Amino acid sequence: MTNSIHDMGGTHGFGPVESEPNEPVFHEDWEGRVYALQRAMGATGLWTIDGGRASLENLPPLAYLASSYYRRWFLGLERRVVAHGLVGEDELAAGRALRPGMRLNRKMTLDDAKAMSFANFDRPSPGPARFKPGDPVRTKNLHPATHTRLPRYARGKLGTIEAVRGCHVFPDTAAVGAGENPQWLYNVVFTGRELWGEEADPAIKVSIEAFEPYLVPA
Amino acid sequence: MPANDPHTHDHGSELSEMQLRVKALETILTEKGYVEPAALDQIIENVETRIGPHIGARVVARAWVDPEFKRRLLTDATEAVNSVAEFDPVGAHLIAVENTPQTHNVVVCTLCSCYPWPVLGLPPVWYKSAPYRSRTVIDPKGVLADFGVSLPPGTDIRIWDSTAETRFLVVPIRPDGTEGWSEEALAALVTRDSMVGTGLAKSPEEHGTEAAR
Repeated sequence: MTNSIHDMGGTHGFGPVESEPNEPVFHEDWEGRVYALQRAMGATGLWTIDGGRASLENLPPLAYLASSYYRRWFLGLERRVVAHGLVGEDELAAGRALRPGMRLNRKMTLDDAKAMSFANFDRPSPGPARFKPGDPVRTKNLHPATHTRLPRYARGKLGTIEAVRGCHVFPDTAAVGAGENPQWLYNVVFTGRELWGEEADPAIKVSIEAFEPYLVPA
Repeated sequence: MPANDPHTHDHGSELSEMQLRVKALETILTEKGYVEPAALDQIIENVETRIGPHIGARVVARAWVDPEFKRRLLTDATEAVNSVAEFDPVGAHLIAVENTPQTHNVVVCTLCSCYPWPVLGLPPVWYKSAPYRSRTVIDPKGVLADFGVSLPPGTDIRIWDSTAETRFLVVPIRPDGTEGWSEEALAALVTRDSMVGTGLAKSPEEHGTEAAR
Protein backbone atom coordinates (compact mmCIF):
# COMPACT_ATOMS: atom_id res chain seq x y z
CA MET A 1 0.00 0.00 0.00
CA THR A 2 1.25 3.44 -0.63
CA ASN A 3 -0.59 5.80 1.71
CA SER A 4 0.22 3.69 4.70
CA ILE A 5 1.85 4.18 8.07
CA HIS A 6 5.38 3.42 6.83
CA ASP A 7 5.43 6.69 4.86
CA MET A 8 6.47 8.80 7.86
CA GLY A 9 8.24 11.86 6.45
CA GLY A 10 6.86 15.05 8.02
CA THR A 11 4.57 13.34 10.55
CA HIS A 12 4.44 15.09 13.93
CA GLY A 13 4.14 13.60 17.38
CA PHE A 14 6.61 10.70 17.53
CA GLY A 15 8.83 12.51 20.03
CA PRO A 16 12.58 12.95 20.24
CA VAL A 17 15.18 10.68 18.65
CA GLU A 18 16.87 8.63 21.34
CA SER A 19 20.16 6.96 20.57
CA GLU A 20 21.69 4.17 22.61
CA PRO A 21 25.40 4.34 23.47
CA ASN A 22 27.40 1.29 22.38
CA GLU A 23 24.35 -0.30 20.81
CA PRO A 24 24.81 -3.98 19.87
CA VAL A 25 24.11 -5.12 16.30
CA PHE A 26 21.26 -7.27 17.65
CA HIS A 27 19.57 -6.84 21.02
CA GLU A 28 18.27 -10.43 21.15
CA ASP A 29 19.47 -13.61 19.46
CA TRP A 30 16.14 -14.03 17.67
CA GLU A 31 16.66 -10.68 15.91
CA GLY A 32 19.83 -12.03 14.29
CA ARG A 33 18.01 -15.21 13.27
CA VAL A 34 15.22 -13.15 11.67
CA TYR A 35 17.78 -11.03 9.83
CA ALA A 36 19.55 -14.17 8.55
CA LEU A 37 16.30 -15.91 7.57
CA GLN A 38 15.21 -12.82 5.68
CA ARG A 39 18.53 -12.64 3.79
CA ALA A 40 18.60 -16.36 3.05
CA MET A 41 14.99 -16.52 1.89
CA GLY A 42 15.49 -13.35 -0.17
CA ALA A 43 18.27 -15.19 -2.02
CA THR A 44 15.78 -17.76 -3.30
CA GLY A 45 14.66 -15.14 -5.79
CA LEU A 46 10.99 -15.96 -5.17
CA TRP A 47 10.19 -12.34 -4.38
CA THR A 48 11.88 -9.02 -4.88
CA ILE A 49 13.20 -6.60 -2.29
CA ASP A 50 10.25 -4.39 -3.22
CA GLY A 51 7.82 -7.24 -2.69
CA GLY A 52 9.41 -7.72 0.71
CA ARG A 53 8.98 -4.06 1.58
CA ALA A 54 5.39 -4.11 0.38
CA SER A 55 4.60 -7.00 2.73
CA LEU A 56 5.76 -4.86 5.69
CA GLU A 57 3.83 -1.82 4.47
CA ASN A 58 0.70 -3.94 4.25
CA LEU A 59 0.78 -4.75 7.95
CA PRO A 60 -2.16 -3.10 9.74
CA PRO A 61 -1.01 0.36 10.89
CA LEU A 62 -1.39 -0.42 14.58
CA ALA A 63 0.58 -3.65 14.23
CA TYR A 64 3.27 -1.79 12.29
CA LEU A 65 3.66 0.86 14.98
CA ALA A 66 3.45 -1.55 17.89
CA SER A 67 6.06 -3.96 16.53
CA SER A 68 9.80 -3.63 16.84
CA TYR A 69 11.79 -3.54 13.62
CA TYR A 70 12.76 -7.20 13.51
CA ARG A 71 9.29 -8.27 14.64
CA ARG A 72 7.96 -6.48 11.55
CA TRP A 73 10.51 -8.31 9.43
CA PHE A 74 9.43 -11.58 10.99
CA LEU A 75 5.73 -10.93 10.44
CA GLY A 76 6.42 -9.94 6.82
CA LEU A 77 8.52 -13.07 6.23
CA GLU A 78 5.86 -15.33 7.74
CA ARG A 79 3.25 -13.81 5.43
CA ARG A 80 5.50 -14.19 2.41
CA VAL A 81 6.45 -17.83 2.88
CA VAL A 82 2.78 -18.72 3.31
CA ALA A 83 1.66 -16.57 0.36
CA HIS A 84 4.22 -18.28 -1.89
CA GLY A 85 3.10 -21.73 -0.81
CA LEU A 86 6.48 -22.53 0.74
CA VAL A 87 5.03 -23.15 4.20
CA GLY A 88 1.50 -24.02 5.32
CA GLU A 89 -0.43 -22.33 8.10
CA ASP A 90 -0.74 -25.78 9.65
CA GLU A 91 3.05 -26.06 9.73
CA LEU A 92 3.40 -22.68 11.45
CA ALA A 93 0.86 -23.86 14.01
CA ALA A 94 2.68 -27.15 14.50
CA GLY A 95 6.13 -25.53 14.67
CA ARG A 96 7.58 -28.16 12.35
CA ALA A 97 7.46 -29.28 8.71
CA LEU A 98 4.52 -31.55 7.89
CA ARG A 99 5.39 -32.01 4.19
CA PRO A 100 8.55 -32.00 2.07
CA GLY A 101 9.62 -28.59 0.75
CA MET A 102 9.12 -27.24 -2.75
CA ARG A 103 12.06 -27.39 -5.11
CA LEU A 104 13.92 -24.05 -5.20
CA ASN A 105 15.96 -22.77 -8.12
CA ARG A 106 18.31 -20.93 -5.79
CA LYS A 107 19.35 -21.40 -2.21
CA MET A 108 21.92 -19.53 -0.13
CA THR A 109 24.84 -21.81 0.71
CA LEU A 110 27.56 -21.27 3.28
CA ASP A 111 29.92 -20.24 0.46
CA ASP A 112 27.38 -17.70 -0.81
CA ALA A 113 27.09 -16.27 2.70
CA LYS A 114 30.88 -16.04 3.01
CA ALA A 115 31.09 -14.20 -0.32
CA MET A 116 28.73 -11.54 1.14
CA SER A 117 27.66 -10.04 -2.14
CA PHE A 118 25.05 -7.33 -2.26
CA ALA A 119 22.32 -7.27 -4.87
CA ASN A 120 22.67 -5.05 -7.90
CA PHE A 121 19.68 -3.08 -9.18
CA ASP A 122 21.34 -1.34 -12.12
CA ARG A 123 19.87 -2.35 -15.47
CA PRO A 124 20.50 -1.50 -19.14
CA SER A 125 18.48 1.50 -20.23
CA PRO A 126 15.47 0.99 -22.48
CA GLY A 127 16.00 4.45 -24.05
CA PRO A 128 17.51 7.87 -23.43
CA ALA A 129 16.97 9.67 -20.13
CA ARG A 130 14.22 12.27 -20.34
CA PHE A 131 15.88 14.71 -17.92
CA LYS A 132 19.34 16.09 -17.25
CA PRO A 133 20.93 17.86 -14.28
CA GLY A 134 19.46 21.32 -13.80
CA ASP A 135 16.09 20.51 -15.33
CA PRO A 136 13.07 21.74 -13.35
CA VAL A 137 10.59 18.94 -12.71
CA ARG A 138 7.36 18.41 -10.85
CA THR A 139 6.59 15.17 -9.06
CA LYS A 140 3.26 13.64 -9.95
CA ASN A 141 0.42 13.55 -7.47
CA LEU A 142 0.24 9.76 -7.33
CA HIS A 143 -1.68 7.62 -4.85
CA PRO A 144 -1.47 4.05 -6.13
CA ALA A 145 -3.02 1.40 -3.90
CA THR A 146 0.13 -0.66 -4.47
CA HIS A 147 3.82 -0.11 -3.60
CA THR A 148 5.63 3.06 -4.62
CA ARG A 149 8.80 4.85 -3.52
CA LEU A 150 7.53 8.38 -4.02
CA PRO A 151 6.91 9.62 -0.48
CA ARG A 152 3.72 11.55 0.24
CA TYR A 153 5.50 14.70 1.37
CA ALA A 154 7.18 14.99 -2.04
CA ARG A 155 4.16 14.51 -4.33
CA GLY A 156 3.04 17.33 -6.60
CA LYS A 157 6.15 19.35 -5.70
CA LEU A 158 8.47 21.47 -7.82
CA GLY A 159 12.10 20.37 -7.73
CA THR A 160 15.32 20.29 -9.72
CA ILE A 161 17.18 17.33 -11.19
CA GLU A 162 20.56 17.27 -9.51
CA ALA A 163 21.95 13.95 -10.76
CA VAL A 164 21.12 11.11 -13.11
CA ARG A 165 21.74 7.78 -11.36
CA GLY A 166 21.37 5.44 -14.32
CA CYS A 167 18.64 2.93 -14.98
CA HIS A 168 17.30 0.80 -12.14
CA VAL A 169 14.66 -1.85 -11.35
CA PHE A 170 11.33 -0.02 -10.95
CA PRO A 171 9.94 -0.82 -7.47
CA ASP A 172 6.34 -0.02 -8.36
CA THR A 173 6.13 -2.92 -10.84
CA ALA A 174 8.72 -5.22 -9.25
CA ALA A 175 6.76 -5.24 -5.98
CA VAL A 176 3.59 -6.58 -7.60
CA GLY A 177 5.21 -9.21 -9.81
CA ALA A 178 4.82 -7.06 -12.93
CA GLY A 179 8.49 -7.22 -13.86
CA GLU A 180 11.64 -5.18 -13.39
CA ASN A 181 10.52 -2.60 -15.95
CA PRO A 182 13.82 -0.64 -15.62
CA GLN A 183 13.46 3.14 -15.35
CA TRP A 184 15.82 6.08 -15.17
CA LEU A 185 16.52 7.21 -11.64
CA TYR A 186 17.29 10.78 -10.64
CA ASN A 187 18.23 12.76 -7.58
CA VAL A 188 15.59 15.50 -7.28
CA VAL A 189 16.15 18.32 -4.79
CA PHE A 190 13.42 20.50 -3.26
CA THR A 191 13.63 23.59 -1.10
CA GLY A 192 12.28 23.22 2.41
CA ARG A 193 9.73 25.92 1.57
CA GLU A 194 8.41 24.03 -1.45
CA LEU A 195 7.78 21.00 0.74
CA TRP A 196 6.75 22.59 4.03
CA GLY A 197 5.50 26.08 3.18
CA GLU A 198 6.59 29.65 3.64
CA GLU A 199 7.34 29.25 7.34
CA ALA A 200 9.95 26.58 6.65
CA ASP A 201 13.63 27.17 7.38
CA PRO A 202 15.24 28.61 4.20
CA ALA A 203 18.50 26.82 5.06
CA ILE A 204 16.96 23.41 4.37
CA LYS A 205 16.92 21.39 1.16
CA VAL A 206 15.62 17.84 0.85
CA SER A 207 16.26 15.42 -1.97
CA ILE A 208 14.68 12.14 -2.95
CA GLU A 209 15.74 9.49 -5.44
CA ALA A 210 12.94 9.62 -8.01
CA PHE A 211 12.16 7.25 -10.88
CA GLU A 212 11.30 8.85 -14.21
CA PRO A 213 7.60 7.79 -14.13
CA TYR A 214 7.21 9.93 -10.99
CA LEU A 215 8.24 13.12 -12.83
CA VAL A 216 6.93 15.57 -15.40
CA PRO A 217 8.78 18.57 -16.90
CA ALA A 218 8.09 21.86 -15.11
CA MET B 1 17.47 0.51 24.97
CA PRO B 2 15.63 3.63 23.89
CA ALA B 3 12.47 4.26 25.85
CA ASN B 4 10.50 4.83 22.65
CA ASP B 5 11.17 1.34 21.34
CA PRO B 6 7.83 -0.41 21.82
CA HIS B 7 9.72 -3.67 22.06
CA THR B 8 11.19 -2.91 25.46
CA HIS B 9 8.27 -3.91 27.65
CA ASP B 10 9.37 -5.04 31.07
CA HIS B 11 7.06 -8.03 31.22
CA GLY B 12 9.12 -9.88 28.62
CA SER B 13 6.21 -11.84 27.19
CA GLU B 14 6.85 -10.56 23.67
CA LEU B 15 10.44 -11.74 23.88
CA SER B 16 9.53 -15.28 24.77
CA GLU B 17 6.77 -15.26 22.16
CA MET B 18 9.24 -14.07 19.52
CA GLN B 19 11.91 -16.55 20.55
CA LEU B 20 9.41 -19.37 20.12
CA ARG B 21 7.95 -18.14 16.85
CA VAL B 22 11.32 -17.44 15.24
CA LYS B 23 12.68 -20.81 16.35
CA ALA B 24 9.60 -22.51 14.89
CA LEU B 25 9.94 -20.75 11.54
CA GLU B 26 13.65 -21.50 11.33
CA THR B 27 12.95 -25.16 12.11
CA ILE B 28 10.29 -25.39 9.41
CA LEU B 29 12.42 -23.63 6.77
CA THR B 30 15.40 -25.84 7.61
CA GLU B 31 13.40 -29.10 7.61
CA LYS B 32 11.90 -28.20 4.25
CA GLY B 33 15.38 -27.60 2.85
CA TYR B 34 14.99 -23.89 2.13
CA VAL B 35 17.79 -22.63 4.39
CA GLU B 36 21.09 -23.99 5.70
CA PRO B 37 21.76 -23.27 9.38
CA ALA B 38 25.50 -22.84 8.69
CA ALA B 39 24.71 -20.15 6.12
CA LEU B 40 22.44 -18.41 8.64
CA ASP B 41 25.26 -18.40 11.21
CA GLN B 42 27.61 -16.93 8.60
CA ILE B 43 25.12 -14.20 7.64
CA ILE B 44 24.94 -13.13 11.30
CA GLU B 45 28.72 -13.25 11.65
CA ASN B 46 29.06 -11.02 8.58
CA VAL B 47 27.09 -8.19 10.15
CA GLU B 48 28.40 -8.67 13.68
CA THR B 49 32.10 -8.75 12.79
CA ARG B 50 32.93 -8.17 9.10
CA ILE B 51 30.97 -5.10 8.11
CA GLY B 52 30.44 -2.03 10.27
CA PRO B 53 31.36 1.63 10.70
CA HIS B 54 35.06 0.72 10.90
CA ILE B 55 35.00 0.33 7.10
CA GLY B 56 33.39 3.72 6.53
CA ALA B 57 35.84 5.30 8.98
CA ARG B 58 38.80 3.95 7.00
CA VAL B 59 37.30 5.32 3.80
CA VAL B 60 36.74 8.77 5.30
CA ALA B 61 40.21 8.90 6.86
CA ARG B 62 41.80 8.06 3.54
CA ALA B 63 39.75 10.75 1.83
CA TRP B 64 41.03 13.25 4.41
CA VAL B 65 44.69 12.49 3.69
CA ASP B 66 44.57 11.62 -0.01
CA PRO B 67 43.00 14.23 -2.33
CA GLU B 68 43.05 11.86 -5.31
CA PHE B 69 41.19 9.20 -3.31
CA LYS B 70 38.69 11.82 -2.16
CA ARG B 71 38.07 12.81 -5.77
CA ARG B 72 37.45 9.16 -6.68
CA LEU B 73 35.18 8.71 -3.64
CA LEU B 74 33.02 11.70 -4.52
CA THR B 75 32.91 10.65 -8.20
CA ASP B 76 32.20 6.93 -7.76
CA ALA B 77 32.04 5.82 -4.15
CA THR B 78 31.33 2.19 -5.05
CA GLU B 79 34.62 1.94 -6.92
CA ALA B 80 36.59 3.85 -4.29
CA VAL B 81 35.22 1.78 -1.40
CA ASN B 82 35.87 -1.49 -3.24
CA SER B 83 39.51 -0.52 -3.37
CA VAL B 84 39.68 -0.08 0.42
CA ALA B 85 37.32 -2.76 1.81
CA GLU B 86 38.40 -6.38 2.20
CA PHE B 87 35.40 -7.47 0.17
CA ASP B 88 33.63 -6.33 -2.93
CA PRO B 89 30.36 -4.52 -2.20
CA VAL B 90 29.16 -5.17 -5.72
CA GLY B 91 25.94 -3.57 -6.71
CA ALA B 92 25.73 -1.27 -3.73
CA HIS B 93 25.12 2.00 -5.51
CA LEU B 94 27.01 4.13 -3.03
CA ILE B 95 27.18 7.91 -3.14
CA ALA B 96 29.52 9.91 -0.92
CA VAL B 97 28.48 13.45 0.02
CA GLU B 98 30.95 15.86 1.58
CA ASN B 99 30.26 18.16 4.48
CA THR B 100 31.73 21.64 4.09
CA PRO B 101 31.57 24.77 6.23
CA GLN B 102 28.68 25.85 3.94
CA THR B 103 26.62 22.65 3.82
CA HIS B 104 25.90 19.86 6.29
CA ASN B 105 24.47 16.60 4.94
CA VAL B 106 22.09 14.26 6.75
CA VAL B 107 20.88 10.86 5.51
CA VAL B 108 17.48 9.35 6.28
CA CYS B 109 15.07 6.75 4.94
CA THR B 110 11.54 8.00 5.58
CA LEU B 111 9.91 4.93 3.99
CA CYS B 112 11.82 2.10 5.65
CA SER B 113 15.43 1.68 6.78
CA CYS B 114 17.74 2.02 3.75
CA TYR B 115 21.29 2.42 5.02
CA PRO B 116 24.75 1.84 3.48
CA TRP B 117 25.35 -1.65 4.95
CA PRO B 118 28.70 -2.29 3.20
CA VAL B 119 30.32 0.75 4.83
CA LEU B 120 28.35 1.21 8.08
CA GLY B 121 26.90 -2.22 8.87
CA LEU B 122 23.30 -2.56 10.01
CA PRO B 123 21.55 0.63 11.12
CA PRO B 124 21.05 1.45 14.80
CA VAL B 125 17.53 1.36 16.26
CA TRP B 126 17.16 5.15 16.20
CA TYR B 127 17.78 5.29 12.44
CA LYS B 128 14.84 2.91 11.90
CA SER B 129 12.61 4.61 14.49
CA ALA B 130 9.49 6.66 13.81
CA PRO B 131 10.92 9.82 15.46
CA TYR B 132 13.95 9.89 13.14
CA ARG B 133 12.08 8.88 9.98
CA SER B 134 9.30 11.41 10.54
CA ARG B 135 11.18 14.49 11.73
CA THR B 136 14.45 14.57 9.80
CA VAL B 137 12.92 15.87 6.56
CA ILE B 138 10.82 18.60 8.24
CA ASP B 139 12.85 19.54 11.33
CA PRO B 140 16.48 18.53 10.78
CA LYS B 141 17.80 21.11 13.24
CA GLY B 142 15.55 19.67 15.94
CA VAL B 143 16.82 16.18 15.18
CA LEU B 144 20.43 17.36 15.26
CA ALA B 145 19.70 19.00 18.63
CA ASP B 146 18.52 15.59 19.90
CA PHE B 147 22.03 14.40 19.09
CA GLY B 148 23.61 17.41 20.80
CA VAL B 149 24.73 18.85 17.47
CA SER B 150 24.32 22.53 16.65
CA LEU B 151 25.76 23.90 13.44
CA PRO B 152 27.28 27.35 13.01
CA PRO B 153 24.64 29.95 12.02
CA GLY B 154 24.29 30.22 8.26
CA THR B 155 25.06 26.55 7.58
CA ASP B 156 22.77 25.04 4.95
CA ILE B 157 21.35 21.60 5.66
CA ARG B 158 20.82 19.03 2.92
CA ILE B 159 18.70 15.99 3.66
CA TRP B 160 19.12 12.89 1.50
CA ASP B 161 16.01 10.67 1.66
CA SER B 162 17.09 7.16 0.56
CA THR B 163 14.03 6.35 -1.51
CA ALA B 164 15.72 3.99 -4.02
CA GLU B 165 18.62 1.50 -3.98
CA THR B 166 21.17 4.30 -3.94
CA ARG B 167 22.91 4.61 -0.55
CA PHE B 168 24.64 7.57 1.03
CA LEU B 169 27.81 8.04 3.04
CA VAL B 170 28.52 11.43 4.59
CA VAL B 171 32.17 12.52 4.59
CA PRO B 172 32.42 14.68 7.73
CA ILE B 173 34.69 17.69 8.07
CA ARG B 174 38.21 16.81 9.21
CA PRO B 175 38.64 18.12 12.77
CA ASP B 176 41.04 20.96 13.45
CA GLY B 177 44.28 20.08 15.16
CA THR B 178 44.83 16.83 13.25
CA GLU B 179 47.51 18.01 10.84
CA GLY B 180 50.05 15.28 10.22
CA TRP B 181 47.94 12.54 11.83
CA SER B 182 48.13 9.05 10.34
CA GLU B 183 45.18 7.54 8.51
CA GLU B 184 44.71 5.07 11.34
CA ALA B 185 44.67 7.77 14.02
CA LEU B 186 42.22 9.82 11.97
CA ALA B 187 39.89 6.85 11.47
CA ALA B 188 39.42 6.70 15.27
CA LEU B 189 37.81 10.15 15.11
CA VAL B 190 35.23 9.14 12.51
CA THR B 191 32.05 8.06 14.31
CA ARG B 192 29.13 6.19 12.80
CA ASP B 193 26.86 9.17 13.43
CA SER B 194 29.28 11.52 11.66
CA MET B 195 28.89 9.37 8.54
CA VAL B 196 25.08 9.56 8.72
CA GLY B 197 25.15 13.29 9.41
CA THR B 198 23.69 13.20 12.94
CA GLY B 199 27.12 13.82 14.42
CA LEU B 200 30.45 15.46 13.73
CA ALA B 201 33.84 13.78 13.70
CA LYS B 202 35.41 13.79 17.16
CA SER B 203 37.92 16.47 17.99
CA PRO B 204 41.35 15.34 19.25
CA GLU B 205 40.30 16.58 22.71
CA GLU B 206 37.07 14.55 22.75
CA HIS B 207 38.93 11.50 21.54
CA GLY B 208 41.65 11.96 24.15
CA THR B 209 39.10 12.27 26.95
CA GLU B 210 37.29 9.12 25.85
CA ALA B 211 40.50 7.16 25.44
CA ALA B 212 41.59 8.17 28.94
CA ARG B 213 38.42 6.85 30.55
